[in-house]
Amino acid sequence: MGNAKLGAERPLSPHLSIYRPMLTMMMSIAHRISGAANAAGFLLLVWWLVAVASGPESYAQVSSVFASIPGRLILFLFSWSLIHHMLGGIRHLIWDTGHGLDKLSIEIFAWATIIGSTVLTVLVWVVGYWLRGA
Amino acid sequence: MATPLKRVRGLGTAHHGTETFWRQRLTAVANVPLIIFLIFSIVTNIGAPYDEVRAYLAHPLVALAFVALILSAAIHMRIGLKEIIEDYVHGGARIVAILLATFFAVGVGLASLLAIVKISLGS
Repeated sequence: MGNAKLGAERPLSPHLSIYRPMLTMMMSIAHRISGAANAAGFLLLVWWLVAVASGPESYAQVSSVFASIPGRLILFLFSWSLIHHMLGGIRHLIWDTGHGLDKLSIEIFAWATIIGSTVLTVLVWVVGYWLRGA
Repeated sequence: MATPLKRVRGLGTAHHGTETFWRQRLTAVANVPLIIFLIFSIVTNIGAPYDEVRAYLAHPLVALAFVALILSAAIHMRIGLKEIIEDYVHGGARIVAILLATFFAVGVGLASLLAIVKISLGS
């Protein structure tokens, strides 16, 4: 069991608690958080589809929740999480090809994901409301 | 001794090779257009009357996209949740957490599929 003692004295990696937070590191965490949030958001989709399948009464209930201000806010955040995870995922797909792994590219990708997801989410809702005329 | 050749033949420790890695990428690519379609569907149907929403979801192409989305998203979600659990949950709790994540993915997937089928058949 001499190995166990040696192992304990070796530096452990990564020491997340003493790392200065870096943008790329926060983006990695954000990708996981948005992924988990999307899983929770799947419940909203199930709720909506099952309500439509169940009939007008149950739909009216769900619709009033989703159309309320907190409901719209949750849907807005859900769509932002989806778009953020999508752009973050496309970043990963590019990395899978072996491209864009240099320091400059990962910084550009990080900012593109943050700014792109925010702009696209707002744009989607503006266009959506405009199409509905509401 | 595990020579490189043996590793390749045996597809690694889990004997599944890069199957999960590949499936996660496959569903990721599929999810891009499907999620754009879902967000469009949500935004344009908020507060819409029942008949309108039902007619929209009953359209064969819309239903097809939703079935594809549900399957692809559920598989992608199961892989992602399992990956997070494997990193942060240890011991027996890990097995329970993976079981629950799998039941969750299968549960929400089947419930939404059944709803789409019911809406499509108009019953």
